[in-house]
Amino acid sequence: MSAVLTILVLVSITVAIWQMVKIFDLASAKKENTEVADDKDNRINGYLMMGFLIFIYGFTIYNMVKWGHFPLLSNSASEHGSQIDNLLIISLVIIFIVQTVTQFLLHYFSFKYRGEKGKKAMFYADNDKLEFIWTIIPVIVLAGLIIYGLFTWSDIMNFEEDEDSLVVELYAQQFNWKARYAGEDNVLGKANIRLINIDNANILGLDEADPYAQDDVITTELHLPVGRQVIFKMRSQDVLHSAYMPHFRAQMNCVPGMVTQFSFTPGMTTAEMRQTPEMIDKVARINKIRADKSEELIKKGEEPLDRYEFDYLLLCNKICGKSHYNMQMKIVVESEEEYNAWMSEQKVFKNSLVQN
Amino acid sequence: MSAHVETHMDDHGHHHHKETFVTKYIFSQDHKMISKQYLITGLIMGIIGIIMSLLMRMQLAWPEEPNAIFSALLGKWAPDGVMDADIYLALVTIHGTIMVFFVLTAGLSGTFSNLLIPLQIGARDMASGFLNMLSYWMFFLSSVIMVISLFVEMGPAAADWTIYPPLSALPMAQPGSGAGMTLWLVSMAIFIASSLLGSLNYIVTVINLRTKGMSMTRLPLTIWAFLITAVIGVISFPVLLSAALLLIMDRSFGTSFFLSDIFIQGEVLHYQGGSPVLFEHLFWFLGHPEVYIVLLPALGITSEVIATNARKPIFGYRAMVASILAIAFLSTIVWGHHMFVSGMNPFLGSVFTFTTLLIAIPSAVKAFNYITTLWKGNLQFNPAMLFSIGLVSTFITGGLTGIILGDSALDINVHDTYFVVAHFHLVMGISALYGLFAGVYHWYPKMFRRMMNKNLGYIHFWVTAISAYGVFFPMHFIGMAGLPRRYYTNSAFPLFDEMSNVNVVITTFALIGGAFQLVFIWNFFYSMFYGKKTVQNPWKSNTLEWTAPIKHIHGNWEGKIPSVYRWAYDYSKPGHDEDFVPQNIPLKEGEEELQH
Repeated sequence: MSAVLTILVLVSITVAIWQMVKIFDLASAKKENTEVADDKDNRINGYLMMGFLIFIYGFTIYNMVKWGHFPLLSNSASEHGSQIDNLLIISLVIIFIVQTVTQFLLHYFSFKYRGEKGKKAMFYADNDKLEFIWTIIPVIVLAGLIIYGLFTWSDIMNFEEDEDSLVVELYAQQFNWKARYAGEDNVLGKANIRLINIDNANILGLDEADPYAQDDVITTELHLPVGRQVIFKMRSQDVLHSAYMPHFRAQMNCVPGMVTQFSFTPGMTTAEMRQTPEMIDKVARINKIRADKSEELIKKGEEPLDRYEFDYLLLCNKICGKSHYNMQMKIVVESEEEYNAWMSEQKVFKNSLVQN
Repeated sequence: MSAHVETHMDDHGHHHHKETFVTKYIFSQDHKMISKQYLITGLIMGIIGIIMSLLMRMQLAWPEEPNAIFSALLGKWAPDGVMDADIYLALVTIHGTIMVFFVLTAGLSGTFSNLLIPLQIGARDMASGFLNMLSYWMFFLSSVIMVISLFVEMGPAAADWTIYPPLSALPMAQPGSGAGMTLWLVSMAIFIASSLLGSLNYIVTVINLRTKGMSMTRLPLTIWAFLITAVIGVISFPVLLSAALLLIMDRSFGTSFFLSDIFIQGEVLHYQGGSPVLFEHLFWFLGHPEVYIVLLPALGITSEVIATNARKPIFGYRAMVASILAIAFLSTIVWGHHMFVSGMNPFLGSVFTFTTLLIAIPSAVKAFNYITTLWKGNLQFNPAMLFSIGLVSTFITGGLTGIILGDSALDINVHDTYFVVAHFHLVMGISALYGLFAGVYHWYPKMFRRMMNKNLGYIHFWVTAISAYGVFFPMHFIGMAGLPRRYYTNSAFPLFDEMSNVNVVITTFALIGGAFQLVFIWNFFYSMFYGKKTVQNPWKSNTLEWTAPIKHIHGNWEGKIPSVYRWAYDYSKPGHDEDFVPQNIPLKEGEEELQH
């Protein structure tokens, strides 16, 4: 259906262009036409410049009203996230002001000084004072942003490990994620892809002789206790991947041949996040869309969509091949007790191996 | 220039060589013909690139729905009209490669550096006509190879235009990394050689062949932009060439420059000790300056077009030159902002944040100077002028979001999302494309001796301007919502369901904008044969190319090359009857030249 529509639109646009060309050709046949803008062109385009300014403003407002709730600017699920959100909001406000003012000047001047026969432009080639002003203003604003940004960045990236931190390995492969927990000893066992042995289910290439590896736990869901710092060690076995956890304002590439790291402290459990007003609204909107889609599907005799319930997600955000668009892992943030209960159900590495 | 050379060249101008069809139209060494060859090749590649982007947009708006256009254009890659995920990534890759390199580097810089450098500095031709010809034909060859790569058995390269290994290095990681990637690398290696030949020629020509009186401070800003662009190209393109060669070694000869510890499809590969991050450094050492290689010529064209059509000197000539130089210098030390989350040392992230945000300063100066140039002007809204003003507008909108992406702390959460797509398409894609259009509308009479239809130009501009905002503005919102780019469909995540209608809006604007490029194409080719004949200086411009005869002659000017007595921006200068004073008009008695 959409294909037919698209073709129809394309055809009608082609016809429209054809017609317009005809009209312009007829119109220009009467008078001398040098193809250089005359007063009439300047007037029309001058007004269109103002029209375009209104379009930019109007479209911006339309976007903000309609989709303004999309951006992740608040409700961060990690403790450092609110720092990023604040900096982002400040930057957005600055951008918004500069955008509004400069676009106004650009289009208003275009309108106001539209050409007329006999008018002469002002010969005005230079003004060091002005140049100085608009060099120094960006310098000051940017200096502020740079300093704020760098403090935030080093706060996030130069984390310190303490006794209580949870160490988790995120392991990427085409096209899924695994998590490896360090177990009782809180030390990840040695691992290398050369030790992978599919036959005995040593899928992450752990060193089977390493005592630290014995109690490691490998899972396909990422469970995290709330309020405790998590240190992620990222590995990839094949191509570049990127561990992207937008709700936690966290991202780091997974690079074959090296271990990368990132750290955050989850500040809100999955259950708490589901109860926030923002999330309740969001889930309701999504379910409305899904319900509408389901109706169509049922009409076509297909299975309806499931109801959506919010979960934190880990997405792959570095192009990694065919199923890149569907490389995800569920993240569950829960209380320490729930986490411990879940952990006690998991098999430790030495018991997960298949003995031949 | 010595008197001897000048006489010789003058003889040359009068006694034409016998030209055959082949030497005139195909293996031409005349810069004017070569520039047309660049332009038309660039346009053809541009059409391919834009069609690809529309296919991607249609897939994103209506995923999994059978589409007759897909089956028609993609054949086996769209069984039953449903696009295959691998070919989507291939479209992403080839669209990016074609637009960045083939259209906006070769098509823009190649066309206008070739056309304008000799004509605006007052030279008979490029320093080496032969190298210039070679440069075009290597570009043509690389274009042909890139197009051929679309038809290989396993599909074209699909690791994105950044071709990060190991994805690009291992045919088992994706089908496009087989023969498709080999052809991509070969094509790009030839492209880089072509670009280097061109750049060296531009630099030598600008430095050595300026006519009498054309001091560096009297150069039009177009020439400054082309010169500095060529310098950046010479500095950074060889680094990409080396990266491509090392990648070829890794792929074909078993070396491990970029690969280490890989287990794929059930087997361990022998690679040991290399690093993909090294490739990222090498790639972006070109990749970021490339942004300015694309953008500076567009800004140069804009400076010229805005001044001419505002009938006013460009405001702050010295500051404009200084900011070109500052941007060029900074552009080579900011590449790391593409790699904040690549796993490199966080300290490096801090350094690159600092240098990256600095580049906003010269960019802001340029934007303010353009706006001030309009102030109290007598603006002539020719199509080129509209596109130049449009460029300033998208340059501002797109550039501003750079302060978010360049800030390492903020980049963590918007890296590789649609926010980035919105940012760079506006600031370099659309802006540079507007620069290209402005250049074509403005210098078309010089190239083809006829005028383009202005009304079609107006329709082309206004529809393009509205669709460009319609396409890229909403992407900021879905990007900040965490929607990753390069996803074949968003339907694998119910979380993104509420953005599906945004994708429909974006695609609708894209289809309208794409369709209206046909207006331009039609105008371009129709006017070549049936357009109004031009007068010598239709825009009443000051630069030297408009003193050359309309008819193209080998050597550009009959008789002596004009000498230059003033800068290029004496528009509406008090004390003159006309509102323009071409550069070859001597100063009147008592007239002062501006000091710059």
